[in-house]
Amino acid sequence: MKETITKLTSQAAPLPIENIDTDQIIPARFLKATTREGFGDNLFRDWRYNSDNTLKADFVLNDPTYKAARILVAGKNFGMGSSREHAAWAIHDYGFSVVISSFFADIFRNNSLNNFVLPVQVSDEFLAKTFAVIEADAQAQITVDLENQQVTLPDGTATSFEINPYKKNCLMNGYDDIDYLISLRPEIEAFQAAL
Amino acid sequence: MSNTPQTLFDKIWDSHVVKSQEGYPDVVFIDRHFIHEVTSPQAFDGLRKRGAKVFNINRTTATADHNVPTKDQHLPIREALSRHQVEKLRENCKEFGIELYDLLHPFQGIVHVIGPELGITQPGMTIVCGDSHTSTHGAFGNVAFGIGTSEVEQVLTTQCIIQSKPKKMLIEVNGTLEKGVTAKDLILYIIAKISAAGATGYFVEYAGEAIRNLTMEGRMTVCNMSIEMGARGGMIAPDEVTFEYMRGRRFAPQGEEFDRKVEEWKQLKTDEGAQFDVVLTFDAADIKPMITYGTNPGMGIGVTDHVPTLEEIPATEQPSFQKSLNYMGLQPGESLLGKAIDYVFIGSCTNARIEDLREVAEFVKGKQKADGIEVWIVPGSNQVAEQARAEGLDKVFEGAGFELRGPGCSACLGMNEDKVPAGKYAVSTSNRNFEGRQGPGARTLLVSPLTAAVAAVTGKVGDIRELV
Repeated sequence: MKETITKLTSQAAPLPIENIDTDQIIPARFLKATTREGFGDNLFRDWRYNSDNTLKADFVLNDPTYKAARILVAGKNFGMGSSREHAAWAIHDYGFSVVISSFFADIFRNNSLNNFVLPVQVSDEFLAKTFAVIEADAQAQITVDLENQQVTLPDGTATSFEINPYKKNCLMNGYDDIDYLISLRPEIEAFQAAL
Repeated sequence: MSNTPQTLFDKIWDSHVVKSQEGYPDVVFIDRHFIHEVTSPQAFDGLRKRGAKVFNINRTTATADHNVPTKDQHLPIREALSRHQVEKLRENCKEFGIELYDLLHPFQGIVHVIGPELGITQPGMTIVCGDSHTSTHGAFGNVAFGIGTSEVEQVLTTQCIIQSKPKKMLIEVNGTLEKGVTAKDLILYIIAKISAAGATGYFVEYAGEAIRNLTMEGRMTVCNMSIEMGARGGMIAPDEVTFEYMRGRRFAPQGEEFDRKVEEWKQLKTDEGAQFDVVLTFDAADIKPMITYGTNPGMGIGVTDHVPTLEEIPATEQPSFQKSLNYMGLQPGESLLGKAIDYVFIGSCTNARIEDLREVAEFVKGKQKADGIEVWIVPGSNQVAEQARAEGLDKVFEGAGFELRGPGCSACLGMNEDKVPAGKYAVSTSNRNFEGRQGPGARTLLVSPLTAAVAAVTGKVGDIRELV
């Protein structure tokens, strides 16, 4: 079955750190696989594990309180740095479908959209409020509605978010960029011939 | 033709749009595609699943760089997963008919070093690669940017990419750089000024006297680090410096064809009066030799400055700032001048070209490596290594006690065998000081090759201006 994203209500895992780069999301030494599967095991590897491979008790993803979270909430400028799509694969493989932040790096945003991870950009104020809501109640349920482009906190506070209409359509219907590009093949061939 | 003045970025982007449709990102034709072993295997799997061929094998070039050892490159790669990934690249290139500059091939090297030095990178192109430092190629007046693996698959299958057009930023650097201050310092200065997210959403054009006065190697260093301020890419309009660099390169046009191309390339510039979304202006005279103290490239200071104090950081950013300093083992307000370091890494797609090695050699000649530290010099390509030997630079480095290795990404990213141990300070000419970037727990101080050379011979952070 094709994967899609429409509407999700879930607990959220908070990561209130700014400028989280893709080397933190998945360190380079774990980029050696030649398939897309299994990267979730090493998501935030060096924040989740000590050097002797034991779990770091104080890291949010190691806290069983947040085990049902399918939404990750992170500080501004999430996904900066390397273009490694493995970062989006790791987030998806771990079980997150949405990342909420007040700012995303460009390449990470594209990679997420290509892997059914929805980047939801909100204002700094809304992000701060989201962190506060989660801090007050770890079980707080947050709703992300792609069709109406809206995020809603448990108290009803809501905000809208932007997404390119084409990418929205792809996510809601499980469409693939390559299918679209292949449908343009005659035009691409004509373009190349005219160069 | 529209008479509205256009930016160079618009000219190149617009002339490569195959289809532009309301509500859709643009479909952009890609002139040149580079691939390497890390971000391509899953893309080739995608082609196999669809039963697709590569759209145009002549527009993609492959090399192995990220995962390769820099010692004993003639032996099989020791680490099984790295070996497997490089072997997979070989199989994929063979199956799909793509030219591969494999280990030991005379053209092998870091993808962003070999493209320009072979003349594959030419002005006016759209260039992509599954690597964020693809922005390097913008130094020749190109729209060049890093992409993810799904996008690598798009390009292999259709020679196109689906992409929203970024906004435009002009960064002008006027005046001249002080002696000892280099292209690397210039870009680290700009990133420190506007932050590691200061150009996110934008494509940057660099201009101004200080940019014009840079060599092609210097321009590549500047464009390379555009991504470190979040920019989609960075570019510099081509000029005589560009054309002279291009002349006679292996895959550049030759003879009369070259002269004809130069006339075309001369048209590649931003029109007078063209509009940018943002214009930033800097004065080259304000730039000192730079060094980073934190865990993103925006956390940089002049070598003679102090790490910001807590009071100098906005309250909301203090927790991240403090986390960064804890990782680095540094205190707010501390001066880095005279700080003892453990490793020096001179290499990476930012600073491993022949000019970088020449600069280091000129300073190091007749001097010795400081006791108790390790110095690795990793040329960007086999051609750079060959040229260095031809000029006797290898003898200078060996005489100084530096370790000259084979080409590859090496200790820039902690993926291959070259890693900096936990807690150690590495003065590095690479591009990223993220936590764990050079190895788990490694502490990176980003600098220019000259400042790295100072650290190599003194064992400390120093000010090159006092030594030249």
